Amino acid sequence: MKARVTVTLKSGILDPQGKAIEGALKSLGVDGVASVRQGKVFDIELSGSDKAKAEAALKDAADKLLANTVIENYRVELL
Amino acid sequence: MKSAVLVFPGINRERDMARALKLASGHEAAMVWHAETALPKGTDLVVVPGGFSYGDYLRCGAIAARAPVMDAVRDFAGKGGLVLGVCNGFQILCEAGLLPGVLMRNARLKFICKDVHLRVERSDTPFTRGYNAGQIIRVPVAHGEGNYEADEETVKRLEGEGRVLYRYCSADGVVDESSNINGAAQSIAGIVSERGNVLGMMPHPENHVEDIMGCTDGRGLFAGLVAHLENAA
Repeated sequence: MKARVTVTLKSGILDPQGKAIEGALKSLGVDGVASVRQGKVFDIELSGSDKAKAEAALKDAADKLLANTVIENYRVELL
Repeated sequence: MKSAVLVFPGINRERDMARALKLASGHEAAMVWHAETALPKGTDLVVVPGGFSYGDYLRCGAIAARAPVMDAVRDFAGKGGLVLGVCNGFQILCEAGLLPGVLMRNARLKFICKDVHLRVERSDTPFTRGYNAGQIIRVPVAHGEGNYEADEETVKRLEGEGRVLYRYCSADGVVDESSNINGAAQSIAGIVSERGNVLGMMPHPENHVEDIMGCTDGRGLFAGLVAHLENAA
């Protein structure tokens, strides 16, 4: 089973990297970019086939390690 | 003072730290590998040194914070044991939940490697008793992620409870935007835990302890710890 965990900065948290990318896109002349926030994507392969179990394991992984919930939110998807 | 210096893959300041501890206390520090599950018997001080544990993968300090030895450190701190985290060590202590908040990318995105000035906010703690309150010291920093941030309520609590021990300032002690090298909330360079026994700081006092280093302002921190433990014994 394949899954994806997406980690993003909470709103209101300063994201200097996103800001730098935003500036670069603007200087490249890419039209209509209002703002950029940078995040992380984890593609994870799971061995079992129980969806509920998989989701619980992924949440556990995100809470314990993948995200720092002080500053980040995460989303778990089974693909 | 019996010190234990934690060693994680990618850490590179552990020997500087051990040298400073030996200089201050006369005792060789024990080097403790991250896979250990216990600290050496009789440990007075645990030090989490600087460097780039696990190459800063995922987030600075995130993987080291989950190493087996950190459970022992958590127990030790829970019993009131003294813990000092410098630079990556500060990031590790935050990730481990031993200190609140998080170290974000420097506001101006640059890796900063230079001497900075710090104002010692109070002198009545084990980590600052080697200084006078309000004293300005000069110590080096070397970090890309030292911008301390926490939610507003946490920062207010840190200030209200006097838990900010070191703050970035100018050579004459002025705390303002231009002396706040990395954009940290309230120019915070170092904070202690609620109980006051865990200190995390971005600057490297261990690199200003001998005349050959050009400055010995970092000595006070280690001398203070030694004096504190001698008094307690």
